[in-house]
Amino acid sequence: MSLLQVTNLHATVGAQDEQKAILKGLNLTVNPGEVHAIMGPNGSGKSTLANVLSGRPGYTVTEGSMHLADADLAELEPHERAQIGLFLAFQYPVEIPGVSNMEFLKASVDSLARARGEDQTNTATFIKHIRQLATSVDLDPQFLKRGVNEGFSGGEKKRNEIMQLLLLEPKLAILDETDSGLDIDALQVVAEGVNRYKSENNGVVLITHYQRLLDYIVPDFVHVLADGKIIQSGDKSLALELEDKGYAWLT
Amino acid sequence: MSQTSVDDLVEARSEYSAGFVTDIESDTLPPGLDEHTVRFISARKGEPQWLTDWRLKAFAHWKTMPEPTWAHVHYPPIDFQEISYYSAPKSQADGPQSLDEVDPELLRTYEKLGIPLHEQAVLAGVVNANMPPAPSMGSNVAVDVVFDSVSIATTFKEKLAEAGVIFCPISEAVHSHPELIQKYLGSVIPQKDNFYAALNSAVFSDGSFVYIPKGVRCPMELSTYFRINERNTGQFERTLIIADAGSHVSYLEGCTAPMRDENQLHAAVVELVALEDAEIKYSTVQNWYPGDENGKGGIYNFVTKRGLCGGARSKISWTQVETGSAITWKYPSVVLRGDDSVGEFYSVALTNNRQQADTGTKMIHMGKNTKSTIVSKGISAGRSENCYRGLVRISPTAENARNFTQCDSLLIGGECGAHTFPYIENKNNSAIIEHEASTSKVSDDQLFACQQRGIDSEKAVGMIVNGFCKEVFRELPMEFAVEAGKLLEVSLEGAVG
Repeated sequence: MSLLQVTNLHATVGAQDEQKAILKGLNLTVNPGEVHAIMGPNGSGKSTLANVLSGRPGYTVTEGSMHLADADLAELEPHERAQIGLFLAFQYPVEIPGVSNMEFLKASVDSLARARGEDQTNTATFIKHIRQLATSVDLDPQFLKRGVNEGFSGGEKKRNEIMQLLLLEPKLAILDETDSGLDIDALQVVAEGVNRYKSENNGVVLITHYQRLLDYIVPDFVHVLADGKIIQSGDKSLALELEDKGYAWLT
Repeated sequence: MSQTSVDDLVEARSEYSAGFVTDIESDTLPPGLDEHTVRFISARKGEPQWLTDWRLKAFAHWKTMPEPTWAHVHYPPIDFQEISYYSAPKSQADGPQSLDEVDPELLRTYEKLGIPLHEQAVLAGVVNANMPPAPSMGSNVAVDVVFDSVSIATTFKEKLAEAGVIFCPISEAVHSHPELIQKYLGSVIPQKDNFYAALNSAVFSDGSFVYIPKGVRCPMELSTYFRINERNTGQFERTLIIADAGSHVSYLEGCTAPMRDENQLHAAVVELVALEDAEIKYSTVQNWYPGDENGKGGIYNFVTKRGLCGGARSKISWTQVETGSAITWKYPSVVLRGDDSVGEFYSVALTNNRQQADTGTKMIHMGKNTKSTIVSKGISAGRSENCYRGLVRISPTAENARNFTQCDSLLIGGECGAHTFPYIENKNNSAIIEHEASTSKVSDDQLFACQQRGIDSEKAVGMIVNGFCKEVFRELPMEFAVEAGKLLEVSLEGAVG
């Protein structure tokens, strides 16, 4: 069975009376072990796809379907989608002052465990584990005591997202322009984290503007999204071609 | 209250039966308030003449006072003639007979707060709640707790007596320690202080009296004892705490569970006196009935609380977590008269649905080198109104006074309000006064970020709000800090879609 199956997905954004159609019949299949890159011009619907899949409020699915393994995502609340293994690395990670990273991550891990009927991780074990993960993405473990993303630099916020990916080990990871605003060192740390996470049991959807990230995380498929639909798919050479020619020749 | 303590009360009262001037048989007065009402209450309690006169003086003044309207709260006019001002302790037959008869909604809340079954029964006013329940009523744990709390109460009494601490109903102290009552009652909050304090002075029902002798550190948090014993304390409570030179006491009032209470108007008075080098820490967790989603019902909590740092190097610290009541109107204050004395105010006030809170503090600096700290956290959700009102006054005599104030507001949703009214009056150039304020909002993005990590929105709001209140919670006695956190979550139920 495919990991992610998106069929003829139509979605709009905005309040009831002024909805704007963004996704217009999108199809995507991700099998376990695959990395899919989604590229496309500004406003083509890349981030909308990530938001619709993860259930961000403000978006409405008007047609089509989306399944993670055998679960119909449209029927699940955002936290339930996370609980069955859907992870979104945010383009703009939000600050939550007063809630420490440590507390936030423990609450997350506990919620996932509870939903899956597993035992809660013992706090000491958890702290040890999370400290190691922080170090592995070049974050000072002191960060864990600070408020979630509070006063973090852009790079630190993105590395924090990758640390969470490694901690939660989801079935499907969607990375929404995680590479934007990163210098080359941070980019390598992020890519190294994603490669470490990747296995034959899980899948990755990389949303990106630039081919650069794909030098470090090699995709099995590259898709071009334009005007709410995938208009071209290929292997990693398509990304290079786009780098060369831009999107105009496709649209 | 256990059978024994009821008997004790009856007995104590009969001793003063000679003082009764009326032969009304009923133990509950019909609604209405005039001089006779005041005399009746005083007589019922067998009070000495001076206290009857004291009450009458308060009443005479109250009649001349207008009801205050300056607070940022709105409610229909209160008819003070519609209220019954005296009701004897509830008879055994009045309360629910078992937990089965208690509103299941209330029990659900208790359960969420993690309150043991036995305490649930006491809080809900179940008759004979101190009796060990039938085995079917709960687990072994709950039964253990029952036995524990009965014995704890006794052990506490002995321990306190050993240390010389006086801790008893104020009506009892009037007879057992008249010299202390006469000296200190109304010494911090005079009868004429304000409309509600005057009303309370005229008709106060009962409350607690605490005296800590010189140099004594109270051997326990008075809270624990209180929690087990107090309920249905009545609407005109009066508390007086005196910490003699060099003594120390920590007192927790209220309860983290919603109290079963039929009274609409609560006008309590709390007076604290700290003599030289003494320290009083007074914590409140208030979760009275807030009314329903549409603002129907709920308690009007109009309270006057003030402490006097009378002696040099004394310290008074107020910590409050206010989540209940339809309207909260209270400003726990400190008069810093002793040199080098310290006043503190740590507050969390949460309003949801149609609740209104106008709360804050007054720090009155009179002595040299006096210091005060104010940390106020207001959380508004639903269509509620939350208001901080504070006064920092530096008198000409207060050389080198120091104040730090921090007022933070957190908004949840788009229909609530947060307001800050800080007043600063400085009459001494050597003073240093700092004021910081912030307003923030729980954003949809923050909630979604939590949900995307598997945390449901209710839990997420709870986490964010708890983080916001951290600085205040750490001032609470430890066991209550945890409960206070849970309480916020319960109070915020339904605040997010």
